[in-house]
Amino acid sequence: MLITGAQILIEELIQHGVDTIFGYPGGTIIDIYDQLLQHQDRIKHVLTAHEQGAVHAADGYARSSGKAGVVLATSGPGATNLVTGIAAAYMDSSPLIAITGNVATSMLGKDSFQEIDIIGVTQQIVKHSFIVKRVEDLANIIHEAFLIATSERNGPVLIDFPKDVQQAVFDYHPRQNIVAPSAPPQPLFLDYNPAVTAIANSKRPYIYCGGGVVRALAGQEVLGLAEKIQAPIGLSMMGLSGVPSSYPLYLGMTGMHGLYAANLLQSEADLLIAIGARFSDRATGNVQEFVKNRTIVHIDIDPAEINKNIHSRIGLCGDIKEILRQLTHRVQAKTNPQWLARIADCRQEQKALTADPQAFDPQNIVSLVHQFCTDDTIIATDVGQHQMWVMQYYPFEQPRTLITSGGLGAMGFGLGAAIGASLANQRRRTVLFSGDGSFGMNLIELTTAVCQRIPLVIILLDNGMLGMVHQLQGRFYGKRFSQTFLDRPTDFARVAQAYGAEGYTVTNLSEFHEALRQAFQLDTPVVIDCKISQDREALPMIPPGSSIKEIILK
Amino acid sequence: MDEKFTIGMIVNNQAGVLNRVAGLFGKRCYNIDSITVGETENQQYSRMTIVSRGDEYTREQVIKQLSKLYDVKKVCLLPEENAISREHLLIKMHIPAEMKAKATEMINSFGGKILDFWDDCVTVEITDSSQMIDEFIHLSARIGILEICRSGCIAMVQGKDSPLTVEDL
Ligand SMILES: Cc1ncc(C[n+]2csc(CCOP(=O)(O)OP(=O)(O)O)c2C)c(N)n1
Repeated sequence: MLITGAQILIEELIQHGVDTIFGYPGGTIIDIYDQLLQHQDRIKHVLTAHEQGAVHAADGYARSSGKAGVVLATSGPGATNLVTGIAAAYMDSSPLIAITGNVATSMLGKDSFQEIDIIGVTQQIVKHSFIVKRVEDLANIIHEAFLIATSERNGPVLIDFPKDVQQAVFDYHPRQNIVAPSAPPQPLFLDYNPAVTAIANSKRPYIYCGGGVVRALAGQEVLGLAEKIQAPIGLSMMGLSGVPSSYPLYLGMTGMHGLYAANLLQSEADLLIAIGARFSDRATGNVQEFVKNRTIVHIDIDPAEINKNIHSRIGLCGDIKEILRQLTHRVQAKTNPQWLARIADCRQEQKALTADPQAFDPQNIVSLVHQFCTDDTIIATDVGQHQMWVMQYYPFEQPRTLITSGGLGAMGFGLGAAIGASLANQRRRTVLFSGDGSFGMNLIELTTAVCQRIPLVIILLDNGMLGMVHQLQGRFYGKRFSQTFLDRPTDFARVAQAYGAEGYTVTNLSEFHEALRQAFQLDTPVVIDCKISQDREALPMIPPGSSIKEIILK
Repeated sequence: MDEKFTIGMIVNNQAGVLNRVAGLFGKRCYNIDSITVGETENQQYSRMTIVSRGDEYTREQVIKQLSKLYDVKKVCLLPEENAISREHLLIKMHIPAEMKAKATEMINSFGGKILDFWDDCVTVEITDSSQMIDEFIHLSARIGILEICRSGCIAMVQGKDSPLTVEDL
């Protein structure tokens, strides 16, 4: 059939299973919006307040569903507004498809109005990018884009789509059957023996999971191995939700702000089995100390990660689910009674670090929120101390229920991402933990949450400061608090109300409890502004580049 | 220890590919000593040769990271001991009369070809390994270099093996 490029795009998106896209219109993308209007019964478009909100929403959609998230923006400023969101998706290997309009091909390269070489701008933060110069290539490009974004190690793909190509007409024939994204690649290095031997020789095995476990939904396989060899499980921040926290030897997050027992035991392990993790500096601290006196087995889908940050010697590369099945099948079951005793001791020690149960403390706030949630509630966060508190205290059970910006650490990520995540799951109940700084960055998306009727409870851990940076200044910069106090009269509850959401301000646990009770009865956005103390730090903390020896507990 | 190494690649013959490859080197802080690109017998693909330097770790990472680029179809290290590598040099030299004989002898001994000559100036081409080209430039400096233009290295493995053929793509 003879149809335009813009129409082909819509057909291809639908063919690739896209039900919802996020975006913002503009001059070079009007043709696509024209088609969206005509096909609104087949594909839903969510209009945000800002392209950044749209791209984070598409990313949240992708992270929570495993499907590609799609964002649409116009050329020039629309496209540049996507940059932070594309980078966030790139750093956390999220399958995002960003489609930007551009000026007509004849106008390219002339600094035309709203012309930006967005391919050039985003080159180092995409898995791949395409510019569509001929309408006959369009269908293949879209198909390739979906394959690239969702296969092997996932990542963002950008398609730059000049206006004349959107308007060009082509005799389009839909593909008969969509080839599903290629099955995860077969494991490359199939020698399991070194890993099997290392496990057999180990007295203190420790399993360490990263975001790859979440993405591959490999939690059950990890548990299978962990139970068979009696290993505790610690996780990087991106690994959280990958395995259920109800596993008896679950230790929670490791790394810079990881839990005491999780970090200490990791440092005492004689064998570290790292699964779907990339050993970011925030996760390892001092690399020499991190690798000292232990064998590391590294299992990952991306060959380039093996030996990139940590020299592991034993690498198993490929689909981690399959590798774990094979490995578990090959290893001998083992018991490590001394190790178990040591684990129990460390956890006992950690209990001493618990907050006073009456205090209006982040730990109690997070725990109380958890009481209102179910295992499938989606938890999104922004970036800062509040993010760390959620990671430390929220007991995740189901994969993909945590949506947070790890590698990029982008403040302002949370609200858009929460909206996208909820929409990807039939408007599932979602909670966003944010800080007053982060929330201020993109709170305009409250309007999107309200219009989309998202059952979203936003918990503002409002300490009146840029807490995380403040903490670093307090610890390492002689308490010279440069520009980290937010002496602002903003009333977030009233801001929420102005946007058409509910808003409460609370100052103690019982007020908070009451606010939560009301909030969870509603199916629409609520902001609960929790006025918390400025003295509370995100602890433990291992200073950047240091090891467990320098851990700060108080 | 930092050592020179040579990478051969087959890439899509498309706009922006050189950019992506060079960008990867920039982003990951790898060196590029030289980079050459040319179309293969199949117009769809180009061949690139990159000379870089770094330790064992860098070598491994460069290859793995390059393999991840969508436009890179094949990539391999071309180890010095079994690779044939050549570079092309154009050099314009100022040759004072009293040096003429010496210069001619030197050019001949490198198999150089004189492409253009004037009273006191010649333009010469030489094809050889990069080390020999270095050597020639070093010697020429004693006579007088006006301008040089090096092509960068191109390389292939010896023998019947063709790890970088485009036939099977
Ligand atoms: C876009 C962006 N700008 C700056 C930073 C640096 N940064 C990291 S945490 C932080 C403070 C966050 O403050 P807030 O959101 O109030 O959270 P808190 O740490 O107080 O919980 C800042 C400024 C960042 N991560 N992202």
